[in-house]
Amino acid sequence: MSPNGFNFGRVVRLSILSLGAVVFLAPYIFMISTAGKAQSDIFTSSLNLIPQHWFYVENFTKAWSRVHMPTLLFNGVIVCLMILVIQVVIAIPCAYAMAKLKFRAAKAMMVLVMLGLLVPIHATALPLYVGFDRIGALNSYAALVAPFSISVFGIFLFLQFFRAMPDDLIHAARLDGMSEIGVIARVIVPNAWPAITAFSIFSVVAHWNDLYWPLIVVSNQAYATPPLGLLYFRAAEAGDDYGALMAATLIITSPLVGAFLIAQKRFVEGITMTGLKG
Amino acid sequence: MADMAASPIGAIPVTAKARRSVAERHEARAGIMLSLPAIVLVFLFIILPVAAVIFLGFTNFELGYSGFEFVGFENYVEAFGDRTFQKSLGNTIVYAAIVTPVSIFMALGLAMLIEAEGIGRSFFRTAYFLPVASLLVAMATVWQYLFHPTIGPINTMLAMIGVSGPNWLGSAGMVLYSLSIIGVWQSVGFNLVLFLAGLTAIPRELYAAAEIDGAKSSWDRFRLVTWPMLGPTTLFVTTISIINSVKVFETVKTLTEGGPNKASEVLLYTIYQEGFVYLRVGYASALTVVFLAILVVLMFFQYRVQDKQVHYS
Repeated sequence: MSPNGFNFGRVVRLSILSLGAVVFLAPYIFMISTAGKAQSDIFTSSLNLIPQHWFYVENFTKAWSRVHMPTLLFNGVIVCLMILVIQVVIAIPCAYAMAKLKFRAAKAMMVLVMLGLLVPIHATALPLYVGFDRIGALNSYAALVAPFSISVFGIFLFLQFFRAMPDDLIHAARLDGMSEIGVIARVIVPNAWPAITAFSIFSVVAHWNDLYWPLIVVSNQAYATPPLGLLYFRAAEAGDDYGALMAATLIITSPLVGAFLIAQKRFVEGITMTGLKG
Repeated sequence: MADMAASPIGAIPVTAKARRSVAERHEARAGIMLSLPAIVLVFLFIILPVAAVIFLGFTNFELGYSGFEFVGFENYVEAFGDRTFQKSLGNTIVYAAIVTPVSIFMALGLAMLIEAEGIGRSFFRTAYFLPVASLLVAMATVWQYLFHPTIGPINTMLAMIGVSGPNWLGSAGMVLYSLSIIGVWQSVGFNLVLFLAGLTAIPRELYAAAEIDGAKSSWDRFRLVTWPMLGPTTLFVTTISIINSVKVFETVKTLTEGGPNKASEVLLYTIYQEGFVYLRVGYASALTVVFLAILVVLMFFQYRVQDKQVHYS
């Protein structure tokens, strides 16, 4: 196990890991390569990673004009941002109350949270859809955001985090005459940034990638989120124009992949945070 | 519920008790006020819809028609007698039965290799984790190109070594396996990171102790130390992997629409079709209840095993 020596075991280990990494990264490599190929190029030499004729500009122009990319990306950002802000604003006071205040409903609330953790959007989608249809709210930001305004997972996570915070901190703030809202805003939140960051990444990744709910409530391109927009693009394309398709794919995946590459550690923490439950 | 707050009061002198109870009442009111928005939203968007789904599952409600009737268990009888639903349930089980063990053991193996290897740790972690952070609908499109029967790189590569590749997504016998490959690719990184965290938490001394006790081979050390110590992680990873496989939808919707010939019809896709395309809300609600029941059973199972078996401290 000496870190500098190259023995047989080490060579085997690194070979397996590298081979695996190449396989796992292959889709990205082919995506970038194919996004720059002309149709003829794609049909004749799919294994050449360097395009024979550089077709990036043409493919990106096509992808950019066929569906309204700025709208898609804007919708994605707006929807994720609205969801995140509402989730945090709702979940933090609730988690604080459950962690640090004594009140009758706290235990019942805990049961609700544990039950809520079990229920994905797929289980509630039908009645919610009927409801939004009745009030004529389909095809709106409200329909995209409202069902996710409550995150029981957020409450659960913040609750764990707040419980570990010392009570003295809160007592001191109360003695200084702070209201409960004041305590949350000036004591709890400033001390909870690690949890808030992790939750934010978790939430944004989940809702940027979500297809199920947008597919149900949105039928109008104006409110399409990135995954939905890509489905429209595929439908509009129909044929085998993989160059343009890969260009569109590249545009839509890059914001999140870029963010991931910049802040890897936080991303890994945020997404796998669900693992802390065990 | 109230006894926890009320029990210590009896021991306190009367004046202090009065003052204390004012403070307590104040605290209780603040607690309710702060959690009220969350309580309302939980009822509105979780409790009520779940109750409605269970209720609607016993009706023949269809969107676009005004009235509905109670039909008892008719929807459930129809579902379990329906070829599409049987197929869908079967496919979901096969998919989960492939993706869960493969992604878990692959992740465990890779995590142990990364843990044992000093260099490239963060590079490998990033490489394997990248699919988790990527938009699945988009990456599914890339896979569609990779899997393309004639111009796809995979079959081109196979052709070079003289093998004629299958029609990955287009043949009924192959499609579920192809989707499983994408599923494994997408979920290994998540499991890997959890295993890495689990491995790092194992005290080095345990390996040394095991070695002194005669665990000479690395297989012995794995069997006696690593595997038991990873128990809680493995249990959690298993549950979440099964749940995520049962929820497979994006790749099916994007690539196959359940085809060819219903060979890739899965649970959520069937629910989506019945409920939101054919608008048979009553019937789709019954299917949703089945889906929800599967999740509840899985979680219940996890809690039971967690309580009974996984002790390592």
